[in-house]
Amino acid sequence: MAFSSFRGGIHPPDKKELSSEKPISATKPPARVIIPLSQHLGAPCKPVVTMDQKVKKGEMIGEPAGFVSAPVHASVSGGVIAIGEFLNAMGRMVPSVVIENDGNEEWSMLKDHPDYMNLSPDEMREKIRNAGIVGMGGAAFPTVVKLSPPKEKPIDTVILNGAECEPYLTADYRLMLEKPFEVVEGLKVLIKVLGVQRGFIGIENNKPEAVKSLKKAAQGENSVEVCSLPTKYPQGAEKMLIKTITGREVPPRALPMDVRVVVQNISTAVAVFEAVRYGKPLIERVVTVTGEGIYQPKNLLTKIGTLVSQLIEDCGGIKGENLKVISGGPMMGFALSSLEIPVTKGTSGIVVLAESDIVHMESFGPCIRCGRCIDICPMGLMPSMLSIYAEKGFYEGAKEYGLFDCFECGSCAFVCPSKRPIVQLIRLAKSQVKP
Amino acid sequence: MEITKKPFIVSVSPHIRSDETTARIMWSVSACLLPAAVMGAYFFGPRAVLTVSLCVIASVLSEHLYQKALKKPSTVRDGSAFLTGLLLGLNLPPSAPFYLSLIGSFVAIIITKQLFGGLGYNIFNPALIGRAFLVISFPKLMTVWSEPTAAFILLDAKTTATPLGILKEEGPAKLIQVFGDQLNLYAQLITGHRAGSIGETSAVALLIGAAFLLYKRYITWHIPLSFLGTAAVIAWIIGGTDSLFTGDPLLHLFSGGMILGAFFMATDYVTSPSMKSGQIVFGAGCGFLTMLIRLKGGYPEGVMFAILIMNAFAPLIDRGFQSKFFGAGKK
Repeated sequence: MAFSSFRGGIHPPDKKELSSEKPISATKPPARVIIPLSQHLGAPCKPVVTMDQKVKKGEMIGEPAGFVSAPVHASVSGGVIAIGEFLNAMGRMVPSVVIENDGNEEWSMLKDHPDYMNLSPDEMREKIRNAGIVGMGGAAFPTVVKLSPPKEKPIDTVILNGAECEPYLTADYRLMLEKPFEVVEGLKVLIKVLGVQRGFIGIENNKPEAVKSLKKAAQGENSVEVCSLPTKYPQGAEKMLIKTITGREVPPRALPMDVRVVVQNISTAVAVFEAVRYGKPLIERVVTVTGEGIYQPKNLLTKIGTLVSQLIEDCGGIKGENLKVISGGPMMGFALSSLEIPVTKGTSGIVVLAESDIVHMESFGPCIRCGRCIDICPMGLMPSMLSIYAEKGFYEGAKEYGLFDCFECGSCAFVCPSKRPIVQLIRLAKSQVKP
Repeated sequence: MEITKKPFIVSVSPHIRSDETTARIMWSVSACLLPAAVMGAYFFGPRAVLTVSLCVIASVLSEHLYQKALKKPSTVRDGSAFLTGLLLGLNLPPSAPFYLSLIGSFVAIIITKQLFGGLGYNIFNPALIGRAFLVISFPKLMTVWSEPTAAFILLDAKTTATPLGILKEEGPAKLIQVFGDQLNLYAQLITGHRAGSIGETSAVALLIGAAFLLYKRYITWHIPLSFLGTAAVIAWIIGGTDSLFTGDPLLHLFSGGMILGAFFMATDYVTSPSMKSGQIVFGAGCGFLTMLIRLKGGYPEGVMFAILIMNAFAPLIDRGFQSKFFGAGKK
């Protein structure tokens, strides 16, 4: 089946070769972990542990406060040595629990359930909720919320997002190669929870090995289809992925469920499988540590709360000066000011860019109206107009140009020959007006 | 482990950028005009070289001095002033006295571009306003056309009429008579062995540059094709002397500033619409107005005024042809 893609998009250098052939390996056990109580979109958790309390690996340390929320669990066993505010990747201070690792790796509540496919959808949902699973592609939206659509929004399709269209990142790629069975089983769980007939796994066609691996794992599964998609950033954006695979367009400001689709990330599917089968909470994930500024790029299975500085140490350190350290991918990730920041459920990668790869934005030119950004905007917006309106302070006017339809994929700023900080200007405008 | 003591660079995403820059675009377009400039020098001699050089130098200097005077950073490195000067020079008659180059450059850079806010903010194509100012202020000097000598001599060449001038004053029969036969007329128009502005005469040289611009996607087909297509259709329908549908579209496409205008002037990013759909309307408007002026107006040539008039409509066209939001109107 050939797919016609969404309109627009760009082809940045993908640089995946730095880490794509590095099998997943475990990070050295951290001496301590800093676990933010807010790693997801939605209400932060309330801490349920006290200072000096001993906790086991997998024990809940923060309980969800509200429907759109997800519990957090201890990723190591040991003692709670601090509860307070710590810096996160977005540069904000967030309530966090610090646990000193006693090195015993003592688990709580693991329980194998080989007959997991016979659980009822509600039982599965409960396990996913209790495991604290969130979207692991970056946005960290609580998974169980996506799996509990309101009655008036029937779902008929589940899509696993294996596009991994961000340059440099290879965590999902490695999972697709090394844990294809878990990916497919995770998808089957999602299919059952949502009561749909079909599930798709969308993979960009620049990852033929992953397509092959999953096709093999999905052999004989009538409900699962592995799709090889055109390679184009941002193919992995929910709306773009849905458009490419189903032909449906999510209307402005609407959600995938409005076109009867639920999208989940590859890592999330593996976490869903592990939660339903073993009752394992989301306490570790694969993080790609890569970039020209890293001596030995790796795909590291990392405990949530491990500091970025330790990941980098595990990869032989950083080379050069004037570096940029990014949490996530280079198109949509956050630049870190410090390495003493914990890995969270949404951290897909740590990318260290050398100075030569960074375009400094100390000065930028005027918009020359070349129209490149309009040609490539996957949302069909006119980023040039948005940037001009925002620059001049006409924030209300920017709304008529679809300000809040922009999901900040960064394609416009990538192609802009005047090097205008279009995404920054759009964020500024968004912060100044109500949708 | 030793961690660098220097702070990390922090900025908003995206953290990688394409290597395309405004300067590279401007210098590339200038480079694509080189074949036409060389042909201009070949046909019209040192006078032409001097005129074009003066325009380039005066334009770049105007921009630099204006920005120095206003204590702004100089932007001459971005190549846009160079390109404006080059386009202006290529749009002047070979025999234009040196002060026309200076005045035209001043009007183009200072009045049309800088006083409106500089690159990106001008409403009209600077080089064309520079030329229009000269055409209106010095009508005589701007319509003295040297005969192409192709001998690179310093002597003042004989003057003659442009093909469009002959067409306007004496009709198509005379034009063919002047060039011998129809085939020879086409040949001369395509190579550029005819009277006209320095850089507009050689269609083949211009098309080589245009092909590169299209190949590099610095321009797209939308404006040139709708411009030339509309002009050709109108020339064919009402360009004939006897009845409808007897006009000669090729003659109109390859004479005057049609090729130069359609590929290098109407496609100016700043002064044309941003949306592809709007660009087609814009190009069609340019073609229509050009032919209207050529066939029914007082001037033998209409490219310059046509583009300038459409420049004025570009913001309005942009308003009418906005992008379609993803998901809008679909469920």
